[in-house]
Amino acid sequence: MPHDHHDHDHHHTSELSPIELRVRALESILVEKGYVDPAAVDAIIQTYETEIGPHRGAHVVAKAWSDAPFADWLKRDATAAIASLGYTGRQGEHMAALFNTATLHNMVVCTLCSCYPWTVLGLPPVWYKAPPYRARAVREPRAVLAEFGLVLPETTEVRVWDSTAEMRYLVIPQRPPGTEGWSMEQLAELVTRDSMIGTGLARTPQ
Amino acid sequence: MIGAQDLGGRAGFGAVAPEQGEPVFHAAWERRVLGFTVAMGASGAWTGDQSRHKREQLPADFYWTANYYDIWLTALTQLLEERGMVTERDLAAGHAVDAARPPPRVLKAENVAAVLTRGFPYLREARSPAAFAVGDTVRTIRNETPGHTRLPAYAMERNGVIEAVRGCHVFPDSNGMGQGEDPRWLYTVRFSAKELWGDDRPDSICLDLWEPYLVGR
Repeated sequence: MPHDHHDHDHHHTSELSPIELRVRALESILVEKGYVDPAAVDAIIQTYETEIGPHRGAHVVAKAWSDAPFADWLKRDATAAIASLGYTGRQGEHMAALFNTATLHNMVVCTLCSCYPWTVLGLPPVWYKAPPYRARAVREPRAVLAEFGLVLPETTEVRVWDSTAEMRYLVIPQRPPGTEGWSMEQLAELVTRDSMIGTGLARTPQ
Repeated sequence: MIGAQDLGGRAGFGAVAPEQGEPVFHAAWERRVLGFTVAMGASGAWTGDQSRHKREQLPADFYWTANYYDIWLTALTQLLEERGMVTERDLAAGHAVDAARPPPRVLKAENVAAVLTRGFPYLREARSPAAFAVGDTVRTIRNETPGHTRLPAYAMERNGVIEAVRGCHVFPDSNGMGQGEDPRWLYTVRFSAKELWGDDRPDSICLDLWEPYLVGR
């Protein structure tokens, strides 16, 4: 109906949601006052949306599985070892690698905010920043892991790392069986983001 | 401060809700908030710890339910308003009305890659030797400061073991209050699930804690 069509056009700009209006207003002010270069904002977004992500962490893990001296370096100085692959910077300034074993499972949380190793995993998923995970990971990690479909033996130690400072933690999951002789590229395909947070395991080849 | 942000061990938030195939952003506005918040973080107008402290002072009903990028947006707006860099009149108009009060630096597009790959390291030269070594038993203090701290309530007045010595790091309790970096030794301290929760399971919890949070045993 023409009348409906007219209403739709009339309200077009005001159909932005309240949050969209607030974001647009603040960005306009920041740009007009010269505090922010809009091209810099675009470059930051592009970096975290297209360049930095869990494929980097998967590279680190696959190399640790394939290269014993590199794994040893990761244990001693993860910041330098990871930097040697070109992964440095914001929210990854001080890194530590946590190696899972048959008797130890590591899991990372930030109970106080949303600290996460951006340089190797990218931006954190929503659940990592939300109250249920932050509240429960330290208190009942096994119940949380079960919600991710992971049930560990009662004798395995679950060690939860609460990122309360600027140390950033990357879990090195155990290498799956049946992957002898695999290339680093093949191995990296098995390394999920959750396996590097500790809420999952690396995939086992079919 | 034991604010809404201090979530460790609290009950009542329900199940974790992982999203299959989650996108990096769920809406276009989230991209913009990430971009200009990171850009303003590099401006030198405040420290990262001050930014965290602003977020953790948000009301609990908002903090516990808001989209995380709205937490960023709201805290960023408050940081700007407190410094007179953005005013109520600007916000009401949705455009710059009052005069600019520029930050120390403006991040230009050509410098983004360098700034992001350098980051903001927190390690500083030590002014004194570390008080504790790996294997030492320590006890955490009770810390009810109304200011910024990174000692969560669930780990106050508990016994743990030094797992690692991380070097001398910028101290958030000072830096977050705009009182300078005051670097202190940082340790990873391991606590048993028994000590923190009374649970009889083989599990442990590690936290990164600065020396002023710890006393020797």
